[in-house]
Amino acid sequence: MKARKKADSIATFFFYSSAIFIGILALIILAVLVVKSLPILSNNNFFELLFSSSWRPSRGEFGFLPFIVGTIEVTLIAMAIAIPICLLSSIYLSEYATKRMRSIFMPVIDLLAGIPSVVFGLFGILVIVPFVSFLGKMFGSSTTGYSLLSGSIILAIMVFPIIISVATAVLRSVPHELRESSLALGATRWQTVKKVVVRSSIGGLIAAVVLGFSRAIGETMAVLMVIGNVAIIPKSLFDPAYTLTSLIANNYGEMMSIPMYDSALLLAALMLLLIVAFFNIISHIILSKLIKHNYTNEA
Amino acid sequence: MTHTKLRKLKISYGDNHALKEINVDIPDKQITAIIGPSGCGKTTLLKSINRIIELSEGVKVRGEVLIDGANIYGKDADVLALRKKVGFLPQRPCPLPMSIYDNVAFGPRIHRLSEEQITKQLEKQKTNGLVKKEKSKKYQDYSKMDHLVEHYLKLAGLWDEVKDRLHSSASKLSIGQQQRLALARVLAIEPEVILADEPTSALDPLSAKLVEEQFKLLKKDYTIVIVTHILRQARRIADYVMFMYLGELIEHGPAEKFFNAPQKDKTKEYLSGEIS
Repeated sequence: MKARKKADSIATFFFYSSAIFIGILALIILAVLVVKSLPILSNNNFFELLFSSSWRPSRGEFGFLPFIVGTIEVTLIAMAIAIPICLLSSIYLSEYATKRMRSIFMPVIDLLAGIPSVVFGLFGILVIVPFVSFLGKMFGSSTTGYSLLSGSIILAIMVFPIIISVATAVLRSVPHELRESSLALGATRWQTVKKVVVRSSIGGLIAAVVLGFSRAIGETMAVLMVIGNVAIIPKSLFDPAYTLTSLIANNYGEMMSIPMYDSALLLAALMLLLIVAFFNIISHIILSKLIKHNYTNEA
Repeated sequence: MTHTKLRKLKISYGDNHALKEINVDIPDKQITAIIGPSGCGKTTLLKSINRIIELSEGVKVRGEVLIDGANIYGKDADVLALRKKVGFLPQRPCPLPMSIYDNVAFGPRIHRLSEEQITKQLEKQKTNGLVKKEKSKKYQDYSKMDHLVEHYLKLAGLWDEVKDRLHSSASKLSIGQQQRLALARVLAIEPEVILADEPTSALDPLSAKLVEEQFKLLKKDYTIVIVTHILRQARRIADYVMFMYLGELIEHGPAEKFFNAPQKDKTKEYLSGEIS
């Protein structure tokens, strides 16, 4: 009896400490980023860091605006490409496809999710970049193809499997009786999808999109390989751009002889973290509002 | 003269023959109860009458279901029109993810009823006397759809409980209220036949009684087919009874005759509780 109780308290301790460990880890990362970026924050004007677009580290000018704009633009354009395609294909897979169709499609999508990002990058260089260059010429822009658009397309492809598999699971979890109720009233399949199925899973669908977004904003390798990496604010889709993640990955460990450079890169990392946190909080607010309005399918 | 006739109806799921040659006429404006042990094909039979059985995967239907002389499984049958004519009430009430009001308005909206059609439908309803007309000056401010929603909520016996919160979410209702809402939703498409799949099985006794009483009122204007595994419920409300056993229709007839003088041995065994 005593032994059982002891085992129980030991188990509790391990569960507890594992959870605490994860929480502390997040705090440590945040602390390191803050401490390391303090030198540049005390040396330069904070608003200049944020809103200046002049990036000349050797002269001590660290304007992050091109990277912030690049990161947000590439992510938003990627989501604009991904969301419609993903939602339409999830609706197809969940509502229209036969069992056989689904059993073929879902493993393919999982496979897509498992491809390492460097492979996506190679695919981008070999296929997307030439395609975008061709497209740019049609629109009268002499682009190399290494551009904002290429980065966005490759990023969109990378978030497809995440959004599709989560959104499909969410749609499939809508009870069969609910569809039956709607169809039994004489609704068409499309009316049922639009007014009942999507409506009752709207919270989950938003969660799927947010998940894809978080993946997109943090993705480094594939984007770095195709986006051009020029520290300017892009004026068109065919201009090259530079993201916060690429900035860090390209330069950390290389340019350390320049004063303040490592602190600047860690500030970039901190900004990335804050941007992601900001969007996560926004999406939480939207979600909780939706739940309050009761458009989710609670039992 | 009956409107609904089943002829040589056979339904199978893969190799499993769920229904074996059903021939029966369903009497108009009466409550027909389909009874029998679990898994005997009651629900399959019910769902075949408005073709929602086809939503199950791998189902095969042979034979005919004739409604007003036309086979609903025929080549040019219009399944949407059929489902408007033959409404279905599921076993678990499923409030659609919208307000109480929108739940009732759902059917008329998806069928894109015009204002005139709604007026006509309500005029026809007024003559049945099931809902007492109230006189109120405020009525003129209401749209046609408001009238319709109010009418059918009254017809389903739910109006008094929800009239002050029509625009709140339907999922906040109690389960008994949800089932009457589902009834209002079905009635709003103005069907001729109402199919109900164990409509009281998820309800508490009081709500169940309310729904049963509503059915007794409604049979004046609607043909009602109800699946039930509660023998006493069938005795209480049925005018006509169909007894199914392992996919076969063993015996059917007017309730009084069926319960007092069953013909077949299987029926006698079931009624006496030897098989359940």
